[in-house]
Amino acid sequence: MKSDTAVPGKELPKTDPRVKLIAAKLKKENYQPDALIEILHTAQNAYGHLPKEVLTYITKALRLPPSRVYSTVTFYHFFSLKSKGEHTCLVCTGTACYVKGAQQILQAIEKETGIAPGKVSADNKLGVQVARCIGACGLAPAVVIDEEVQAKASPEEIIQKLNAKIGKI
Amino acid sequence: MNRQELKTIIQAEKNREFSQTGKQKICVCCGAGCLSSGAEEVMKKLQEEIKARGIEHEVEVIPTGCMGPCNQGPLLKCLPGYNMYQKVDCSNIEKIVQSQLVEKKPLEDLLLFADLREKPFLDAREDPYFKKQLKIALKDCGTLNPERIEDYLAHDGYVALDKALFELSPEEVIAEVKHSRIRGRGGAGYPTGLKWESVYKYVNDQKYVICNGDEGDPGAFMDRSVLEGNPHRVLEGMCIAGYAIGASKGFAYIRGEYPLAIKRFEQAIKQAKKMGLLGSHILGSSFSFDIEVRIGAGAFVCGEETALIASIEGKRGTPKPRPPFPAESGLWGKPTLINNVETFAAIAPIIRNGGEWYSEIGTPKSAGTKVFALAGKINNAGLIEVPMGTTLREIVFDIGGGIQHGEEFKAAQTGGPSGGCIPAAHLDVKMDYESLVSLGSIMGSGGLIIMDKSSDMVDVARFFMEFCMDESCGKCVPCRVGTRMLHDLLQKICDNKATRIDLDRLEELAVYVKEASLCGLGGSAPNPLLSTLRHFREEYESRMLTHD
Repeated sequence: MKSDTAVPGKELPKTDPRVKLIAAKLKKENYQPDALIEILHTAQNAYGHLPKEVLTYITKALRLPPSRVYSTVTFYHFFSLKSKGEHTCLVCTGTACYVKGAQQILQAIEKETGIAPGKVSADNKLGVQVARCIGACGLAPAVVIDEEVQAKASPEEIIQKLNAKIGKI
Repeated sequence: MNRQELKTIIQAEKNREFSQTGKQKICVCCGAGCLSSGAEEVMKKLQEEIKARGIEHEVEVIPTGCMGPCNQGPLLKCLPGYNMYQKVDCSNIEKIVQSQLVEKKPLEDLLLFADLREKPFLDAREDPYFKKQLKIALKDCGTLNPERIEDYLAHDGYVALDKALFELSPEEVIAEVKHSRIRGRGGAGYPTGLKWESVYKYVNDQKYVICNGDEGDPGAFMDRSVLEGNPHRVLEGMCIAGYAIGASKGFAYIRGEYPLAIKRFEQAIKQAKKMGLLGSHILGSSFSFDIEVRIGAGAFVCGEETALIASIEGKRGTPKPRPPFPAESGLWGKPTLINNVETFAAIAPIIRNGGEWYSEIGTPKSAGTKVFALAGKINNAGLIEVPMGTTLREIVFDIGGGIQHGEEFKAAQTGGPSGGCIPAAHLDVKMDYESLVSLGSIMGSGGLIIMDKSSDMVDVARFFMEFCMDESCGKCVPCRVGTRMLHDLLQKICDNKATRIDLDRLEELAVYVKEASLCGLGGSAPNPLLSTLRHFREEYESRMLTHD
């Protein structure tokens, strides 16, 4: 089979369900280099980020130069080479949220947890990210903690929720 | 499915909708705003209460897309009376079900805007919030269930596609769109009919239709609401465009940040295919058309058409110099039509009612309606659609309900990082393409952020410049280096460390970046800066060090 010759499969265990997911997507897209971004989406959804060996696997399967894959991954904000943390706190900094105090929330989080925007705590428990705009401008400022949207958020509320997540309370 | 079968289904669905008198409908807004404020629990509780009272056969509960006033969510809308309830939570559902649905007596103190008006309107359509609006792109958003194609069919869905395929030639469809005078709703305002015509004229065995749903402007959520609230409308618009220009394949490029919009659109594609409204030989005609979804990966520059095309091809989203325009050489070098979500959403009504009907709405140069995402320091934040030419004052005070906490209006920001500010002195400006440009702003995709005196305009300019600096793709020097230098100068002013020389340099550099950048991102990046300088120069001046 084409996929077997293209992918030696040394780096990644084939039995890993996440690898199977990517392999299925590769096959569905017919190993077309044009589908690179679609495949990266699948991989990132499966792993939470894009580990190096996964990128190598995709690179070989699509027969692309590693530089092309790496440059694409680093171009788009959505893709991350590093783990985003067990729990994520995403602060929207779109215009409406900015006008309504998203900066104060970010400052409060950094003051309380020591995690700057875009960083992950040393124990990998909590990652703090900023979003361009999550499109919930009517509810500004908005913060997403582990997929759950906190509408009209206050710094105190967010700190409390985060402490509960990382088991400080 | 052929034409006749479609007509039978539409008729059957319409009967189900309107002829069963006595059957009440209760729509639960499941737009992004209301979902975040707990619409899901509200809906669950509502269904339980209805069941507990044994009236589940008399009342239909419908999850819908965005109804508009997101700030007042979660929202309920009861049909046929159009009684709307605001800030519904599990504690008052019992009361609403008993009074509204069983006793058929609306509860005045819980109605929409009950806390803002002396007496709320029983029929929400009478409220100035809705009365000043005209919904075309958003017409059925908030009334139909976006996950059921049958609901869309009951609201004249796919009638326009049927008309285009069997009663009009591709040239006639294009003539109709030209006649409507609709202009691209993505921001630049290029006449849609002319764009269609130019793609139509290029002869090629393969052409493409792309729907630009990479809504990257911070503060804008129009496309998201349309895709989530009425995906079939966009799909129908794309199909009609495909027929008109002679394309057999379409791509919908949707932001990765909008998972629900992606899910709904993919579902809509599946449903349409199953019914023969998409795929080969649509409705038994000779026209075949297929649509695929492409998920954006978070790059603002991909809203630019050549960058978007590169992204669909799986590459870094960097723009290319134009010409050649995508109409001549676009996706994989083939003639390509790119329109915004909102533009496609307006196509079906235009074909159904005729271009003449649409062209009579709005102003002579800007026809039709525009959707705005109203946010910031305003009482009724949310999604609105108004005829072009509505004044900013009407939007802010009649529809928006004025500034929060009775503060004074300072400025409105339109067009996001590519746009500018409109100060209080120009509150009576008509919202159309030309008027906004004459004030140094742009229509943009429709983000409208309202600011009061607590907003520092220099900091607002810095905020947008930081955004453009981060989002610059790095291909051309004026944008890559220029936005960085402009940002640093603005930061210096914000920190009260700048002198007059810095201010002069800022102004000079802004013009260079505007004129020399390759694409729209760099070309418009200085706009927020230039417009705040024009209207709020004193805020810059007051921060200068005086010892120079």
